[in-house]
Amino acid sequence: MPRVTLPLFGRNELGEDAWSVSDLNRYVRQHLESDYRLHDVRVRGEISGFKAYPSGHWYFSLKDSGAQINCVMWRNRVTYQRYTPRDGDAVEVQGRVTLYETRGQYQLDAAGIQPQGEGALFAEFTRLKAQLEAEGLFDPARKRPLPAQPRRIALVTSSAGAALRDMLTILRRRLPLAEVILAPTPVQGPEAPPQIVEALRAVTALQPDVVIVGRGGGSLEDLWAFNDERVVRAIARLPIPVVSGVGHETDFTLADFAADVRAPTPSAAAELVSAVSIDDLRAGVDAASERSAAAMGATLDELRVRVERAHSQLRALSPVIQLTLARQRMTELKGRATLAIQHQLELTHERHNRLAQALHAVSPLAVLGRGYAIVRTAQGAVVQHVAEARAGESLTVRVSDGEFGVEVVSGK
Amino acid sequence: MTAKSKTKPKTEVAVDTLTFEQAFEELESLVQQLEAGQLALEEALTLFERGQALAARCGALLDTAELKVKQLAGGKLSDFEAEE
Repeated sequence: MPRVTLPLFGRNELGEDAWSVSDLNRYVRQHLESDYRLHDVRVRGEISGFKAYPSGHWYFSLKDSGAQINCVMWRNRVTYQRYTPRDGDAVEVQGRVTLYETRGQYQLDAAGIQPQGEGALFAEFTRLKAQLEAEGLFDPARKRPLPAQPRRIALVTSSAGAALRDMLTILRRRLPLAEVILAPTPVQGPEAPPQIVEALRAVTALQPDVVIVGRGGGSLEDLWAFNDERVVRAIARLPIPVVSGVGHETDFTLADFAADVRAPTPSAAAELVSAVSIDDLRAGVDAASERSAAAMGATLDELRVRVERAHSQLRALSPVIQLTLARQRMTELKGRATLAIQHQLELTHERHNRLAQALHAVSPLAVLGRGYAIVRTAQGAVVQHVAEARAGESLTVRVSDGEFGVEVVSGK
Repeated sequence: MTAKSKTKPKTEVAVDTLTFEQAFEELESLVQQLEAGQLALEEALTLFERGQALAARCGALLDTAELKVKQLAGGKLSDFEAEE
């Protein structure tokens, strides 16, 4: 933007070199913007005529009992604005002073709007956070893991809020086996911190597995009890794991830093403690049941195999087999014996034939066949010499085909 | 449950008095014993039957589970009635 060339004072009284309105407004604007003290100011006042335009820009006035100033917050700043003011709100606006040349109006270009008092609160927040951090209250090493399957869950919150309703809805659905103990307490206002501390103390005596401390969303001031030093210290020293679920995702309180786990919202806190849901439990039971059936089946199969093996061993040892074997052996031996005897018989037969022939050759019968005879006495003695035959003696004569008797007629 | 298991001398508690955690824990231990094998048939059958009963107990507990909500006030617990 070109720097306005300033006419010299006094010249314009002569009608020469009079300023144009644009020149004047630009000059005054540059003048305002060259004052570093006006670059970043905090102004306290009440919102009036607030209007959020479809373009995304906000226009409003800030006033007190005796004065007012036009303000604008451009869309790119509105994006980061957590709190939307309404007419009548006591606020602090931070921004720079400038002049809208078209209308010749000076105005505040707002960078941030906070409900009044938040600035001081934020300063206190920062101071306390630094102090407790230095004491080690937020040390990651202090954080305890949450129980995988909490049986008893303590909720330290307001008994009336949506936060409680949301948490109970989630726990009913995901963890119906559990027991919830509500330690009701106000969660905002000056009386809240000591009551939150008392609720934490009282519920600890019942030895829950995990404690959720939280509340639903609200302004920084609404959430302030969770930045209270007493509450933060009570959370840090609780002997039971604590989940904080305060406000919305973008809200960070000191309670969040002191808790073992920070959940972005109360609902998320309920989800965190029910990480192992009833569906997971059911799946676990089914899996165990299937595994036991499979193991039983395997055991039976193994026994069956062992029985089968023993059975075949038994069969191998059976006397039936022995008998069969013996019978086979017997048959075999019998066969061999038969053969041997036949052979022996044949041999004997042959030998007999041979002997018979030999005998025949020397047999006296053969001699008889040739006409000789054998004469025996009645006593059977063979008569070989004449002297042996006495007259009148009966003798037996053997010829080739039989015997007959004779009487000796004459002897020597 | 007539046969007594030799590997588990501790007396068996009636299944329907167990909490989910107790039943599930015992079920897992039975499964491990069964999976390890080396059991006599009667022992294995006893474990298996017990396991089936435990699984049924777990399932029934899950099916009928209803979140118990109590309120702590003045040091006393009372049933909590949600204010809708």
